[in-house]
Amino acid sequence: MTEQTQAVETSSPSTGTQIIRMISGVLGHFVVKRFLFFLFVVWLASTVIFIIPRLSGQDPVKEKLLLEAQRGGAMQTGLDAMAKSYQKRFGLDQPMWTQYVNFLKDLSRLDLGFSIAFFPRTVNDIVFESLMWTLGLMGTVTILAFILGTLAGAVLGWPRKPGWLQYIFMPLLTLSAIPQYLLAMILIFVVAFQLGWLPLFGGYAPATVPTLTFEFAVDVVRHAILPAFAIIFSAIGFWAIGMRGMMINTQGEDYMIQADAKGLKGSRIFMRYAVRNALLPQVTGLALVLGTIVTGQVLVERVFSYPGIGDILFQAIRLSDFFVIRGIVIIIILGIAGATFLLDVLYPLLDPRIKVRNS
Amino acid sequence: MTESVTTPDVLTPADSGGWSQFNEERLTPMKKYALRNPSLIVGLGMLFGMLFLVGMGHVVWETEQFQPLSAPTRLAPTFSAELRDGTTAAFPFGTDTQGRDLLAVAILGTPLTLRVGLIAGGVAIGLGTVAAFLAAYYRGFVDAAIRSVVDVGLAMPALLILILVRINIGRELSIDEIGIAIGLTSWVFPARTIRSQVLVMREQTYVELSRLSGTSGMGIIFKEMMPNLIPYITASLVGSVAGAILASIGLEAIGLGNFSEPTLGMTIYWNIQFSSITLGMWWWWLPPLAAIVIVFVSLFLISSGLDEWSNPRLRKRV
Repeated sequence: MTEQTQAVETSSPSTGTQIIRMISGVLGHFVVKRFLFFLFVVWLASTVIFIIPRLSGQDPVKEKLLLEAQRGGAMQTGLDAMAKSYQKRFGLDQPMWTQYVNFLKDLSRLDLGFSIAFFPRTVNDIVFESLMWTLGLMGTVTILAFILGTLAGAVLGWPRKPGWLQYIFMPLLTLSAIPQYLLAMILIFVVAFQLGWLPLFGGYAPATVPTLTFEFAVDVVRHAILPAFAIIFSAIGFWAIGMRGMMINTQGEDYMIQADAKGLKGSRIFMRYAVRNALLPQVTGLALVLGTIVTGQVLVERVFSYPGIGDILFQAIRLSDFFVIRGIVIIIILGIAGATFLLDVLYPLLDPRIKVRNS
Repeated sequence: MTESVTTPDVLTPADSGGWSQFNEERLTPMKKYALRNPSLIVGLGMLFGMLFLVGMGHVVWETEQFQPLSAPTRLAPTFSAELRDGTTAAFPFGTDTQGRDLLAVAILGTPLTLRVGLIAGGVAIGLGTVAAFLAAYYRGFVDAAIRSVVDVGLAMPALLILILVRINIGRELSIDEIGIAIGLTSWVFPARTIRSQVLVMREQTYVELSRLSGTSGMGIIFKEMMPNLIPYITASLVGSVAGAILASIGLEAIGLGNFSEPTLGMTIYWNIQFSSITLGMWWWWLPPLAAIVIVFVSLFLISSGLDEWSNPRLRKRV
């Protein structure tokens, strides 16, 4: 990036606007490429999602409707309207190609159809309510785990650390090998059941209605602490391993020897020379583990009956509510692909050592 | 030890041969390696220790009572529980709310879960290795196609695809089918890492030399590259097995496992379903949890031990 800027500066040093235009042109090109890949991922994923039910030769909608009809009773009136709605919406009598195009069209408008179990509620309606809980928890947890784990790894990869720190590395690694939902169960037993310090399950106290009051906020935070720690504990190890490796790699570098020779303070060498250079590849790690974070959290939410996507997914599986399941899968894949796209685009801005390839 | 090497004429017949020779030639290097690479030894020890206990259980314990309603319900661990017909029986691990003998469940479930992991890991590494070699050796269009499949596959969480597939199949999958399904969805990550290893290896002089001396493509892959990649592939296999077990337990915990098999994941599912923690039935959730933790920690230790073995650059000490 810097080279290109210099090249532009030498060719037309007079106009600053031209330079900016050139840079944005380069970036624009790169961003466009990444965006096309993002679209490609989403398209391929949705095609897979479209094909899977047709390959299995079964119709989950019809099966669910039959099941409800067999149970009889309350659902009978809704049944006809629902079946008609589906036939009209999906044109199930139309050729496969038309169905596929319609599916992609609906998807491009983020229209994920109706829930079978809670007709006439739409999938969007059901999912977006719980998405707030999931995103709130996951955002906080991911950032906290990243900071704590990276710090731990930085200190562990530093030759002049206090000796006793050596002994926390193995326990940290071991923690990272334990699945989050098992840590969740242990935490529920010890902290919530035995000690009774925090609530056992849920996102807020059962009898309350979500409102914007201080008490409710405190209640939400109290409910979020245990699920958060279950995820943080096992994620810290992951970040620590990566950061420790990068820190060790900085040790032999010329700039480290120079900083030492200049007689800089240890803390300054640590923060400004070692950590700063080791930190950026960690961002790539974030893009790689997003999928793991999401699926891990889905299961943790299930263990805690946390009112997020994981809980909705479980309920939908229990009720074989195909469109809700499909909607959740699509939304999660969209989220991961989108976040990866953002990280990809931001990364060259954070780390000038990475040259954006303009071809 | 060094004496016998530098002055072989001192060697007496008693020193050579027998246990002392075995000790010097085999055990001492092994001990030394074990000291240098404790994670591999500790991990293998944990895994085989647990498998030994499970095997013992198969021999000495009546495992038929893993099925619901075959034992009294909600018994805390006891050695003399009175049954309905007046006889007494021992339930050292207690029973659950549906009347399973939890010791029998633990004995049957642990190997079942490992089996899912091994099948899935084998499928994933097999497919991944083939894809990696195809991509890295032949390059060009093949590489581009495989790479884009891998990139897209990495962006889709395997568990979600598994859930969709399972929902559409519409019936319970057997243990082996679950293993194969997980393997089919998790080969992309090994494919990616092994590919980069092959790419590096491709440029090595011995591969170049072999190519110049007219060895065929398959010959180079199997005679020159494979032997050098085996440590790395073994390490990835262990990682894949752990990942597959994680996925299988996830699938089971969310309610898509095989309900008639007493795997560790299904036991976790029943625990969540009947909220055993709030019932205070610690004997219900503790054994599967401990078994899973032992499996993951030992696999993790083995894989980092193998990493150190296959990639000496990691031996850097701090």
